[in-house]
Amino acid sequence: MRKLTIRAAINEALRQEMKRDPDVYVLGEDVGVFGGCFGVTAGLIDEFGPERVIDTPITESAIVGSAVGAAATGLRPVAELMFMDFVGVTLDQIFNQAAKMRYMFGGKATIPMVIRTACGAGGSAAAQHSQSLEAWFMHVPGLKVVAPSTSYDAKGLLVSSIRDDNPVIFVEHKFIYDMEGEVPEDLYTVPLGKADVKREGSDVTVIATMAMVHRALEAAEELSKEGVSVEVVDPRTLQPLDNETIIESIKKTHKVVIVHEAVKFAGPGAEIAAMIADEAFDYLDAPVKRVAAPFTPVPFSPVLEKEYIPGKEKIINAVKELTA
Amino acid sequence: MAVEKEKLNWMYRNMLTIRNFEERVAELFAAGKCFGFVHLYVGEEAVATGVCANLRKEDYITSTHRGHGHLISKGGDLNLMMAELFGRRTGYCKGKGGSMHIADVELGILGANGIVGGGFPAAVGAGFTAKYKGTDHVVACFFGDGASNQGTFHEALNMASIWKLPVVFVNENNFYGISLSQKRSMNIPDVAARAASYNIPGVVVDGNDVLAVYEAVQEAVKRARSGEGPTLVECKTYRYRGHFEGDPTVYRTEEEVREWKKKDPIPRFETRLSQMGIMTEDQMKQLRDEISNQIEEAVKFADESPWPSPEEVLDDVYA
Repeated sequence: MRKLTIRAAINEALRQEMKRDPDVYVLGEDVGVFGGCFGVTAGLIDEFGPERVIDTPITESAIVGSAVGAAATGLRPVAELMFMDFVGVTLDQIFNQAAKMRYMFGGKATIPMVIRTACGAGGSAAAQHSQSLEAWFMHVPGLKVVAPSTSYDAKGLLVSSIRDDNPVIFVEHKFIYDMEGEVPEDLYTVPLGKADVKREGSDVTVIATMAMVHRALEAAEELSKEGVSVEVVDPRTLQPLDNETIIESIKKTHKVVIVHEAVKFAGPGAEIAAMIADEAFDYLDAPVKRVAAPFTPVPFSPVLEKEYIPGKEKIINAVKELTA
Repeated sequence: MAVEKEKLNWMYRNMLTIRNFEERVAELFAAGKCFGFVHLYVGEEAVATGVCANLRKEDYITSTHRGHGHLISKGGDLNLMMAELFGRRTGYCKGKGGSMHIADVELGILGANGIVGGGFPAAVGAGFTAKYKGTDHVVACFFGDGASNQGTFHEALNMASIWKLPVVFVNENNFYGISLSQKRSMNIPDVAARAASYNIPGVVVDGNDVLAVYEAVQEAVKRARSGEGPTLVECKTYRYRGHFEGDPTVYRTEEEVREWKKKDPIPRFETRLSQMGIMTEDQMKQLRDEISNQIEEAVKFADESPWPSPEEVLDDVYA
């Protein structure tokens, strides 16, 4: 099958959905001729024009908030927030407006909008351009949180996100944009709230998100040479979370390591671990382990940043602690 | 300016309805029938009335924490509003929103808002939809003097102006952001002066003169409908009651309140209506009685309505 980078897969999802539904439009900083800070919206303006691929000023509250108003009145905006770190500038519009309108209004408003945003450390971009803040949004009733790790998932999940009638935070890890994977040319959907087993195994379950899925797969490959069979589960959406797939895997392996790039304390893994404690305690043979970033801002120097980002070795060590 | 008789009648009826509704809510709140935070619009009736007299059903408004007057003016159902204030299942939001979150998207009411300045961007978005879809719908975005100091004010007016969106930004300047007077919250006498930053018209009107508001907003709506972009209309007005029910209002003098009450929009309009020969005192009294009955019906409806059942707490989080 044809291979695309994650960047190109997201671009194709936008292109095909915009072609299918005239109510879908893209807005954000430098998304037009510039093609987006990470090149994700490249070429869309040529096909759909400046009326549907809209360069905004640097004005995050108005980007997200205008999308809320447009969604409430019948459109399906896809807003790009250049870096996930910038969500702080517009947080009120996300968590007090977009997320709550439906509930506050007694179910009488529908807010079908997507906020695409790039997370992740790895380029010495330091503390305000590198964060993984997905746990913030998992905590807000009314939002959905999507976090793909492959080209196939990115395209199918974005299509589902655009068609979903709720506000969706679509998190793209900027250091896997170049990763290639098989992607069908036709439009297809990957359902929200459905995890995917990226590698089957029988000794330990590793639940990993976004870039960490790939670190986990590398770790699994290496561990297999030592006779340890690792199953890698990618939740793909963090809200709603697919408890069932996670629990099914734990029933098989009885041991679990959760890996994410967000800081460990109150990170996505905290909720996943709590869910496992609630619903799968009897299947566990060992404590739930978490591999995640330390409780610090993201540092600048490559030496420090490398220490900060969870890597293959840390995952291998965590698995070995459980299998020793 | 010639305003048709029917419209003048509507304006009078609407202002009376707001006044009566709000004064009744104050009593009901004191009696423990409505809960939470209630911010009343008494004294500011001419603004919402004069603005919405220019709007069609398919036009939009965004409202504020002090939203009852806006909702009534845009056609909000009194029974459903009152039931919401009572926290009942029959209320506009099924008891999920309360005073600060009433919406009726069908009527173009995109919601009251508990966040000061929270509604600016949504108003721009609704204006964007109108432009994107090629309709001639307009949006009236209500906000207070305090909200004009929020960052969203700047972001929204800038975006609406560069994209020439059909939004009328209606500033209800009642001179206080909770307890802080306008003199201490900004270094200019007129919020409308801020329009210069966006190269859009900024107009100051007497917000206690319903016809002055009507006329100023008529111009702004015309401009918006014809694709010429937004306008900032500042309406100077005053709230008779505190910021919220229970506010001891230690930050202003009784004399100041008395002075403003001399400029009360309702008696002023009554005088105009008599002078113009639109309505006699008898007709006015009849209308006042009629509205009073209507409000009592709303109270009865709310009071007799069922509470939500506890398990409804889980409904409507997601579509």
